[in-house]
Amino acid sequence: MGKLETRGEKSFRIFALVLLSILTLLAILPFILIIVSSFTDEATLVSNGYSYFPAKWSLDSYRYMVQQAKVIFRSYGVSILVTTVGTAMSLLLTTSLAYPMSRSDFKYRNVLVFLVFFTMLFSGGIVPSYIMWTRVFHINDTIWALIIPNYLMNAFNVLLVRNYFKNNIPDAIIESAQIDGAGEGRILFRIMLPLAVPVSVTVGLFSGLAYWNDWINALYYIESPKLYGIQNLLIRMMNNIQFLSSGQNASLLGNSIIALPSNGIRMALAVIGILPILIIFPFLQKYLIKGVVIGAVKG
Amino acid sequence: MTKSSKKRARKKSLALFAMAIPGLLYLLINNYIPMFGIFIAFKQIDYSKGIFGSDWCGFDNFKFLFQTKDAWIMVRNTVLYNLTFILLGTIFAVFIAILMSEITKYFCSKLFQAGLILPNLVSMVIVAYLVYAFLNPETGLVNNAILGALGKDPVNWYTTPGYWPVILVLVQMWKTAGYSSIVYIASISGIDKGLYEAARLDGAGKLQQVFKITLPQLKPTIIMMVLMSLGRLFSSDFGLFYQVPMNSGALFDVTQTIDTYVYRGLMTYGNIGMSSAAGLFQSVIGFVLVMVANAIVRKREAENALF
Repeated sequence: MGKLETRGEKSFRIFALVLLSILTLLAILPFILIIVSSFTDEATLVSNGYSYFPAKWSLDSYRYMVQQAKVIFRSYGVSILVTTVGTAMSLLLTTSLAYPMSRSDFKYRNVLVFLVFFTMLFSGGIVPSYIMWTRVFHINDTIWALIIPNYLMNAFNVLLVRNYFKNNIPDAIIESAQIDGAGEGRILFRIMLPLAVPVSVTVGLFSGLAYWNDWINALYYIESPKLYGIQNLLIRMMNNIQFLSSGQNASLLGNSIIALPSNGIRMALAVIGILPILIIFPFLQKYLIKGVVIGAVKG
Repeated sequence: MTKSSKKRARKKSLALFAMAIPGLLYLLINNYIPMFGIFIAFKQIDYSKGIFGSDWCGFDNFKFLFQTKDAWIMVRNTVLYNLTFILLGTIFAVFIAILMSEITKYFCSKLFQAGLILPNLVSMVIVAYLVYAFLNPETGLVNNAILGALGKDPVNWYTTPGYWPVILVLVQMWKTAGYSSIVYIASISGIDKGLYEAARLDGAGKLQQVFKITLPQLKPTIIMMVLMSLGRLFSSDFGLFYQVPMNSGALFDVTQTIDTYVYRGLMTYGNIGMSSAAGLFQSVIGFVLVMVANAIVRKREAENALF
């Protein structure tokens, strides 16, 4: 640094560093507890409870999960399917609505902006939605119930993409493409979207997180455990740990209750549920932050 | 404009409009049809007669709803929790942002921010598991390691309502403080560095700089964020109040909010009338609050207004 730092400023800087280290630790300590617990021996968990410093480590929870892979893989698969299909569809819908809204030569752009924006101000509430989805469209107990209601497109994302198109992509590019005879679809997919990668990553991240973390759609619309994603499997496991084994060897249930490392498995499954986020987030951190900042300034 | 260019312009408009159709269709189904469905709150729904065939009952659903003790409890809880969240949440977020602005090392600030945001990226189901690891009566860390070491009796957390206002506020702060600080960090980085330089030349210490420059400069952002959250005063995070307390009936007095009431009315008790009345009440108040909040923002600083 070119400037001299006074003593007060230096101690303030150190104070900030120490305090932030403590706060960050507090933010991640609960995660560490479930990770440690998932590697703790079941008997130790029963006698000592969840602890950061277990008396005995063990891989039993994960071993058991591999044995019960069928149920877990299935719900993991549901989550992955819903997240990828949902996010892809969401990006397609969001950008193709945002693009016409961003075109200053499109007569109805303000009507579209209003229609999108109004959904942020008023909602009919869950009861009419629930009745519509179940009694009119009958999507309950299908995979579509996990994808379509609520998350497929939201006003916030549409306006985010629209503002990005409007502010970052000059009209001249569109005009020159038109002179070259490109149609609107071609302009969107060949020119706008490649230029809009950063905002697409941000919106895709928001949408992917929403799908991966969602359990509320299933709470309302799904009865069959076959369509449980990882979040709903976790809810089910919290209420009834036997759920994992009940499908396959219900007759052995009486014996397996003792052997089932239930306290550890719960935590191991939670770890598996967070894992994708832990892996992907460091790469996408800056896109998320950008999206939040832009969204707050002009939502 | 020649005839052919007019025709071309119309064709272009048509193509653009066609692109918007799938998205508009989704908005129509997902958002607008349910808006017209609010009439359900004024009906005595009888599935055998169908939604449209059911008898109108005027404001009876609302009358019944507000005669119950539940109505007072859920409105009180929703509003008081939100006010607490807004007050403490803003303080924490600004505090974190001021600390973060002191961190000049890129790697450090990235690391802190990642750690502080992480809680906001996981679902409330996961949060419920984390809380459960601390609070469950048999194997929870608090009962075993902390209360046990202090020689105190274990507490049955999930059946003792008294603790939950504190627990829920702690959980909410843990989950959202880092995420909310993002906006303030961006805002601080936009403050003119010359202001600090001038203050330093005048011999202002760091604390003085924070109170005399940073906070006043942040004021517009803070006011805007607070107003926007006041617009959601009657909404609550369903997961926080349903999943984190494990849907425990013993805690309803302090965990019931409008959103959990609507869910339970519809899915558990099958009371569509009361449930839709509560939902519509929430939507209408929410709409009014957002309009008022926006009007205030626009009056103060037009450029920050939503519309």
